Amino acid sequence: MDITEYIKLVFTDYTLRTITLGTTILGAVTGMLGSFAVLRKQSLLGDAISHAALPGIAIAFLITGAKDSNTLLIGALISGLIGTFWIRGIVTKTHLKSDTALGLILSLFFGFGMLLLTFIQKQPNANQAGLDKYLFGQAATLVESDVWTMAIVTGLCLAVMLTFWKEFKILLFDADYTKTLGFNTKFIDILITSFIVLAIVLGLQTVGVVLMSAMLLAPAAAARQWTNSLSMMVFLAAIFGAFSGVFGTAISASQDNLSTGPVIVLVAGVFVVFSFIFSPSRGLLFKQIRFIKNRRDLQLHKTLAFMHHIAATHDDISHPHTIKLLNNFQGYTKGTLQKLVDKDYVHLNGNMWSLTKTGFEAASNLYTKQSTEDE
Amino acid sequence: MGNKSKENIKHSSPNDKTPTSAGVIAVKVDDLTVAYNYKPVLWDIDLEIPEGVLMAIVGPNGAGKSTLIKAILGILKPIAGSVTIYDKPYDKQRQLVAYVPQKGSVDWDFPTIALDVVMMGTYGSLGWIKRPGQKEKKAALEALEKVGMLAFKNRQISQLSGGQQQRIFLARALVQNAAIYFMDEPFQGVDATTEIAIINILKELRKAGKTVIVVHHDLQTVPEYFDWVTFLNVKKIATGPVKDIFNDDNLTKTYGINYQVSIQE
Repeated sequence: MDITEYIKLVFTDYTLRTITLGTTILGAVTGMLGSFAVLRKQSLLGDAISHAALPGIAIAFLITGAKDSNTLLIGALISGLIGTFWIRGIVTKTHLKSDTALGLILSLFFGFGMLLLTFIQKQPNANQAGLDKYLFGQAATLVESDVWTMAIVTGLCLAVMLTFWKEFKILLFDADYTKTLGFNTKFIDILITSFIVLAIVLGLQTVGVVLMSAMLLAPAAAARQWTNSLSMMVFLAAIFGAFSGVFGTAISASQDNLSTGPVIVLVAGVFVVFSFIFSPSRGLLFKQIRFIKNRRDLQLHKTLAFMHHIAATHDDISHPHTIKLLNNFQGYTKGTLQKLVDKDYVHLNGNMWSLTKTGFEAASNLYTKQSTEDE
Repeated sequence: MGNKSKENIKHSSPNDKTPTSAGVIAVKVDDLTVAYNYKPVLWDIDLEIPEGVLMAIVGPNGAGKSTLIKAILGILKPIAGSVTIYDKPYDKQRQLVAYVPQKGSVDWDFPTIALDVVMMGTYGSLGWIKRPGQKEKKAALEALEKVGMLAFKNRQISQLSGGQQQRIFLARALVQNAAIYFMDEPFQGVDATTEIAIINILKELRKAGKTVIVVHHDLQTVPEYFDWVTFLNVKKIATGPVKDIFNDDNLTKTYGINYQVSIQE
């Protein structure tokens, strides 16, 4: 199937359109909220919340006997919130560090959820089949009402974020200071955390308990590489998340039997890898290039400085000296010498070198220039 | 915050009082006890800090110096005790107080620029939801100029040196235009130039009648920088003018070993 054909299909085919819209909105809202989780160093919180939601799904099914996704997600929401507040409680009331608390809640809730799932599967109820889709998600089960729910929550989340932008920002940067300014930090904190829980629960049906945290972290981690502004980071994370949804759905729809959730997560992973390598200011590639260039410049400067040191002892600064005087400790190689010649700093004559006037001046200004650059 | 706190400014602004008038107590701490788990970190602290002093809090590691500041500011919840600012509960006087945390307490890789951090000093008077505007930006730029960091206003904060980061924190507190400043080790990890720049600003604040309380580590510079000192080691050992109480006796009581500091006369 070629691309134009696929695009046409997205607009005409009900199922594909619903799934694409759903995964796009989901990617945008998780990317947005994921920025906050990453900056609060709560990357693992998403993982804990999504796993903690599983018993809620099972209990909601046991109580209502219905497989309506909204009912199950309300169960997930409640148990996700309970897990989150237990984590907070453990951290504030005991000696345990937050990674321990997260791990503990994650595995306890997930274990309990799995137990309930196996219990449900043994029930003589034909309706029970398919609950385990919440483990890895199944985008194909999305219907229009699910997309509406996602859109409404995203809109709500956007409105709250814009309203409390200033408060979110200062809490993320310096919580103690925020308290001294008279803000109720607990309220801001609960607001942020509740929306993170909500976004995760929304994604369970599509991406599943196990992979959900990647939707939260990957777009945010990728976005951080490209910008030094919080608003830009949140915006980019939403864009990356949305595109992960679009591309992930497209790939899984055009290749048979590829499950959508993992593909979306992998696409988001590609964004991360690309950003880590190619970001101009923080990326590995440009960092390495800058490193090599700096080292070359430094070698050049060292050779020049050494030449200056020798030349300064003579009345005539362009008095020729033998190349043998130079050695590797001063950063001398044939390459650096040639570069100095190219810059017209040095004049070569057989195996003798001499500093030119411009070279001598450049060398005398070398250190004063460097120290002003340092501020 | 909000309208209520603005009314309080009218009632009890320290500017109504003559700055150096003897006997005005800016900060009063009563029976303050703080404990993490079972062990008390601060035990039954009574402290009166007169208006207009530049005070050092000194004591060994683990003496509770930072904890004292955090408990006064309500960041930590004490198990007992109360704090009043100009004779009113701290809760009602927050806008009179500014805090400079240790610079290591935040992540400087946060995606923001220097001007934005300084602007955060205006958030308290803005209150909930309202965004900073031109007036707040102007105040932030003025504060940046005061600490000599105007040229760095658009610099990503992770690209600032330790001393520059400390100055940004100081500027953020200056924007608050408070009457009382609490600073947690502002000289830690900064070079001599920054240290002099900071102490000059602190002395200017005192000249303007403000009260400045500083957690300080370098005993040698106490007589030179400060006019008031509190010795702390879980309990309050002594508090008063540097010239009266900064002596070997109190140092020994605080630090537990026989301390000999030659005091400049």
